[in-house]
Amino acid sequence: MKRSIFRNRWLPYLLLAPQLVVVVVFFFWPAFDSLRLSFFKVAPFGDREIFVGLGNFIELLTAPEYGRSVVYSFVFSLGVTTLGLVGSLFLANLANQKIRGLPFYRTAILWTYGIAPPVSGIIWLFIFHPSYGMLPYLLSMVTTYEFNWLLKGWVAMLLVIFAAAWAHLGYNIAFFLAGLQTIPESVIEAARVDGAGGFELFRRITFPLLSPVTFFLFLMNMVFSFFETFGIIHAVTQGGPGDTTTIMVYKAYVDGFVNLRMGYSAAQSVILMALVIVLTVLQFRYTERKVTY
Amino acid sequence: MAMLLPGIRKSTINGRKWIIHLLLILAILLIGFPLYYGFVISTQSLDEVIKVPQSLLPSGYLLENYVKVWNRIQMGRLLINSTIVAVVVGLGKISIAILSAFAIVFFDFRGKQVAFWMIFITLMLPVPVRIISTYQVVSTLGWVDTYAGLTIPLIASATATFLFRQFYITIPDELVDAAKIDGAGPLRFLWSILLPNSGANIAALFVVMFIYGWNQYLWPLMATNSDNMRVVVVGIASTVPTGTQLPEWNLVMAAAMMALLPPVLVVIFLQRWFVHGLLETEK
Repeated sequence: MKRSIFRNRWLPYLLLAPQLVVVVVFFFWPAFDSLRLSFFKVAPFGDREIFVGLGNFIELLTAPEYGRSVVYSFVFSLGVTTLGLVGSLFLANLANQKIRGLPFYRTAILWTYGIAPPVSGIIWLFIFHPSYGMLPYLLSMVTTYEFNWLLKGWVAMLLVIFAAAWAHLGYNIAFFLAGLQTIPESVIEAARVDGAGGFELFRRITFPLLSPVTFFLFLMNMVFSFFETFGIIHAVTQGGPGDTTTIMVYKAYVDGFVNLRMGYSAAQSVILMALVIVLTVLQFRYTERKVTY
Repeated sequence: MAMLLPGIRKSTINGRKWIIHLLLILAILLIGFPLYYGFVISTQSLDEVIKVPQSLLPSGYLLENYVKVWNRIQMGRLLINSTIVAVVVGLGKISIAILSAFAIVFFDFRGKQVAFWMIFITLMLPVPVRIISTYQVVSTLGWVDTYAGLTIPLIASATATFLFRQFYITIPDELVDAAKIDGAGPLRFLWSILLPNSGANIAALFVVMFIYGWNQYLWPLMATNSDNMRVVVVGIASTVPTGTQLPEWNLVMAAAMMALLPPVLVVIFLQRWFVHGLLETEK
């Protein structure tokens, strides 16, 4: 791309300096240091480092609790993503009709974007509260099953999935609505003239045309549930009961900051880094401009 | 599922619209219920809260509960800290992104590609994948329990840089040439021409970044030890009663309401900016 530019030997570097300093000091150096630490065992309080090669990784991959945290992470992330995408696709379709009061409806859905995941977690914690919560109370009227997240891992998992999906609803809807608005009216009209009704229209026209947005949101929801939901786990379940909601990010935190196993935690960070690289590459290779319409 | 799109025949349109309204209202009530429930609980006394099922109508203890929890966890201080973090992170991200994008678009220099990729790669390094080492850097700098420690590690922004880069590329060459002929240097051009034209982008980004900053949890949790430096989202987590404590969920919910109100109001009242900013930054 050729364009009119300014000439100056040092100014561009000076302009870039603030960002690059932050990037190097708080991103690259720590990432590099995590990579290095992952090959060491560090004595508590960090006074001695012993090189262990791939020791930390071997220990991780053979530890059943790490395997479980990988499984819990995927159950959690896929749960949040599925619930979020299905719910918001349905809602966005409703909120994209030509009806009165649309701005009100949209605002009444989008506000959820403002909720911090841990705050959502605390509200849902009360809804699920075994003694005082609404949900166990209602369920106790129809079943004797003990719907207690403190005792049942799957109930705890359901709790954190609801909390995360609720906090992320506004985000998903904003993108689906934007996607729906790019579908030309003429395409819809043409399909109608050909006799396509409500669901048929959605299945054959709207949904395929939305697939780039859906795929993008799938990736963004996975990134969100893997990397931005730490607060929900920390504030609500602390990884329990047992370790049934110990997702990978939470485990890396606990091993590093609570158990003071720096090298072991750093190795987990490296694995998470690999995961986020895959998700980012997928996102930039297969979404937005590259997808056909 | 016939309600997904309105039909073409006139006779059915009104019926379908009615169903769409009904479904939307039901959906909104469902989405809003957790918030409403939390609010109602925050207005009840402890006796009312522990009597299951609780009334779903507000009671008369709103003021009492909010004042009590405000004093108990120094809510004023928490809210000020969150505001500082959100504003500094928002403005910081925008400022350094503008400078970087300006350098990348309007100058030719050695290492431009490298700089661009360095900024891009930060997308792949969210806080959780470098927790311990980032903490060690901040601790070495003596920044634990400082506003600098809370904010500066968060202000790099690939997405904001890309947004401004996209926008600057659309600035016509003639504008640059005209500025040069008038004898304006690059900084003058940035200040007098680019910035006044960036208002919409800056506002949109600020709304998104403000919410991002306000809702941070992991980093503020690690970067602070003293209660004085806590942000509100971290601070309210400490109000959740554990086993032996009084189940003062009315106070927990009062604290939660105060923590979520500012960002939710921002989304509601600055919705246009927020949607624009959200969609643009993720491109």
